[in-house]
Amino acid sequence: MPQVMDADRMSRALTRIAHEILERNRGLDELALVGIRTRGVPLARRLARSLKEINGDEVPTGVLDITLYRDDLMRHPVGPQPVVRSTEIPFSIDNRKILLVDDVLYTGRTIRSALDALIDFGRPRGIQLVVLIDRGHRELPIKADYVGKNLPTSLKQSVQAPTKS
Amino acid sequence: MASLILKGGRVVDPATGVDGMMDVLIEDGIIRKIGRDLPVGGAEVFDVPKGAIVAPGLIDIHVHLREPGQEHKETIATGTASAVAGGFTAVACMPNTDPVNDHAGITEFVLARAREAGLARVYPIGAVSIGSKGDQLAELGEQKKAGCVAFTDDGRPVATALLMRRALEYAGMLGVPIIDHCEDPSLKGDGVAHEGIYASVLGLRGIPGAAESLMVERDVSLAELTGGHVHIAHMSARQSIRAVRAGKARGIRVTCEVAPHHFTLTDEALDGPVKYDTSLKMNPPLREAADRDAMLEGIVDGTVDVIATDHAPHHADEKMVEFDRAPFGIVGLETAVPICFDRLVHAGKIPLGRLIELLSTNPAKVMNLPGGTLAEGAPGDVTVLAPDMKVTVRASALRSKSKNTPFDGWELRGGVLATVVGGTIVYRNTGS
Amino acid sequence: MTAIPQTPGPVVPDVAPATLRSRHLLGIDGLDAREITLILDTAEAMKEIGTRSVKKVPTLRGRTVVNLFFEPSTRTRTSFEVAEKRLSADTLSIATATSSVTKGESLIDTVRNIEAMAPDMIVMRHASSGAPHLLARMCQSAIVNAGDGMHEHPTQALLDAFTIREHKQRLAGLKIAIIGDLLHSRVLRSNLLLLKMMGAEVWTCGPATLLPQGIGQMSAHVTTRIDEALDGADVVMMLRIQQERMHGHFIPSVREYFSLFGLTRERLRRAAPDAIVMHPGPMNRGVEIDSEVADGPGSVILEQVSNGVAVRMAVLYLLAGREAGGEG
Repeated sequence: MPQVMDADRMSRALTRIAHEILERNRGLDELALVGIRTRGVPLARRLARSLKEINGDEVPTGVLDITLYRDDLMRHPVGPQPVVRSTEIPFSIDNRKILLVDDVLYTGRTIRSALDALIDFGRPRGIQLVVLIDRGHRELPIKADYVGKNLPTSLKQSVQAPTKS
Repeated sequence: MASLILKGGRVVDPATGVDGMMDVLIEDGIIRKIGRDLPVGGAEVFDVPKGAIVAPGLIDIHVHLREPGQEHKETIATGTASAVAGGFTAVACMPNTDPVNDHAGITEFVLARAREAGLARVYPIGAVSIGSKGDQLAELGEQKKAGCVAFTDDGRPVATALLMRRALEYAGMLGVPIIDHCEDPSLKGDGVAHEGIYASVLGLRGIPGAAESLMVERDVSLAELTGGHVHIAHMSARQSIRAVRAGKARGIRVTCEVAPHHFTLTDEALDGPVKYDTSLKMNPPLREAADRDAMLEGIVDGTVDVIATDHAPHHADEKMVEFDRAPFGIVGLETAVPICFDRLVHAGKIPLGRLIELLSTNPAKVMNLPGGTLAEGAPGDVTVLAPDMKVTVRASALRSKSKNTPFDGWELRGGVLATVVGGTIVYRNTGS
Repeated sequence: MTAIPQTPGPVVPDVAPATLRSRHLLGIDGLDAREITLILDTAEAMKEIGTRSVKKVPTLRGRTVVNLFFEPSTRTRTSFEVAEKRLSADTLSIATATSSVTKGESLIDTVRNIEAMAPDMIVMRHASSGAPHLLARMCQSAIVNAGDGMHEHPTQALLDAFTIREHKQRLAGLKIAIIGDLLHSRVLRSNLLLLKMMGAEVWTCGPATLLPQGIGQMSAHVTTRIDEALDGADVVMMLRIQQERMHGHFIPSVREYFSLFGLTRERLRRAAPDAIVMHPGPMNRGVEIDSEVADGPGSVILEQVSNGVAVRMAVLYLLAGREAGGEG
């Protein structure tokens, strides 16, 4: 698999995104990060660190497993079941601005599942989407608010971001 | 009646000690002559193929023909067709029909049906007690006159020691045996399988071997007390064989039979690929390896007198239910010969002559039946056996109305070429 | 490979996808250690859903699950119902299934009639051992065994294992005492199979009249003395004894049963200091277990009940995802 983003570039992208978040939201008030399992989780944590470095405050961070909300489960033969892991959102999401974090944005279905899941947890004031890589080919009207890198790809390729933290 | 001559086969008749290449001439329904190179005359000729055995007609003394009352399982016509296909020229049929055969009218009905079918001879066994309920002795004398050859309350044990005692005395007077389905009801309870590890693992209520042997011991003591003849039906437990062996050693008139499934299968079969297979459910149940081995030992050392199938047909719908609810029993007439050959003779446990004793000579002796021998003057009943015939058991092809057998698909060595009753070939294996 | 991938793909999974080999859950017999671990791990995730305010996920939306209970049971049936509803399945409970049977309809016919309404799964409890196996052979639906006669109660054993694992972080190497009417207990049989497979050391104990044949092969240690079983035990599991057992001459009276085999606080002292006390329910207080113990600090009996929902959600989720009509 060709390497699309090395560790350095990833660091710089995350730092840049942290600044964008602070700018757009005029500070960290009422913000919370929710990383989508699995690879969105370490990214969310790194983002929390970056935000703290820049701004000084802790941003509450949670973990969301969207397996049970996928729209392709049960609908037609998928083969073996994906493993369900637990969701841990140890804070109320009511009236917060949630930053959903994932590594790759592609068809948008994962994000749709995540939105459904979050709504079951409460009523946030808003949800913004952070992705490291946007590879296009959306099947749903979903857009990312913060993007590390745009990477047009063909349908046949697969993209996997490293999770080294 | 036409004449029939079986030419060029190896005749094996333990009753007369004959074992050699002989012809057998049957005229007017009886064995006219046995000898070498007999003149054919006007007789129909049956050329016995090389390697085949000409044996006295096999007799199964424990068969459920289900008629009257349960014709959806089997009729006398289909049952006797199954018998001759299995090589049996005669069967003794059990009285647990509906109504129970406890009076002469029913015996006469059974005999009439058998005559109509015109296949295997049928010897009715009458009930010991009215309705087999164990309260009142049935009219054993009238029943014997009508044609009964023995008495039993099979399906149940003879209910009390007192009734068994009286029955043995009375039947002794008539010169016929009492057959007992040995089982202590309180120990059996509502058990459905042998009380062993497999029943435990599968969560099935168990029937201990002692439930059977306890009753065997009772009957042996009563046979001793009365001098009567008790025949132990479908023995399955090693403790039972011990009791019979000890009784015989003391000169008591006790005989016994074992069914092919009890010297072939064990309760381990319940835990097979098809769990809770009701074609493995019968009473007495399949027991442990030690019990099966004890049955084989008894067959070898002579303690076991007879092999009888306990042919118990049940309709498929009745067996296709939860194990607890399924009726007990499997069919056996058409699988007996292949199993016996394969598991006893070819397995080296007994010689051919002993097998014929178990399937023909002794059944006739135990029940005082004509036949069981090819002596001149005996009924013209012959079974032509093919010891090396390859047989694949196909439940769907059985001539019995019911197909409840655990042996479906089994590949065995040993089969029946032809069955002759009273000089008429009533079954011929066409190789289908 | 299909022309247009329906999922973002090719799917490169985060972790190895997991599945149960059979489309039925007929018993612990039929599961291997990997599958048991998978069910327990999935149950952990399912448990979290019960802590949310919206206790529902859309996973089994549009699926129909029929709960067919031929034996009365409020606890297990309710547990399955809650599990099904939390997964958004449509549930239908037939608790009076015996009515068609008393009218003479066979089990297979009863189920085939229900299948005409196309359920996806049937959860069944029946008084005859092997009834679910018969249905799995003769009918179309995926079958979940909620208890068959004296044979197995797999979801009970799974929730028991889940509870033990939560408290002890493992199953292997634990001393587990199972005490009571061993002969008639399907909970025992399922637990024995599971705990043995996962490496626990099981001690079974009960009156001699209630020991099944071959228990010495099914369980590593058997005793008729409760003190022996309790000695140093990490887990104490008490089984129900039915009052009817006096009629088969199994026990003389419930009073004597309690005096010889009842779990009292005194007796519990012989177990490990952090031992947990379990019971599949419903409890006969004062017969197999003292109220003091049942309500005491070591008791996890109520947790077993709530864990039951999570475990059953995991089972339903893992079975429902299998291709219909796949290998059984």
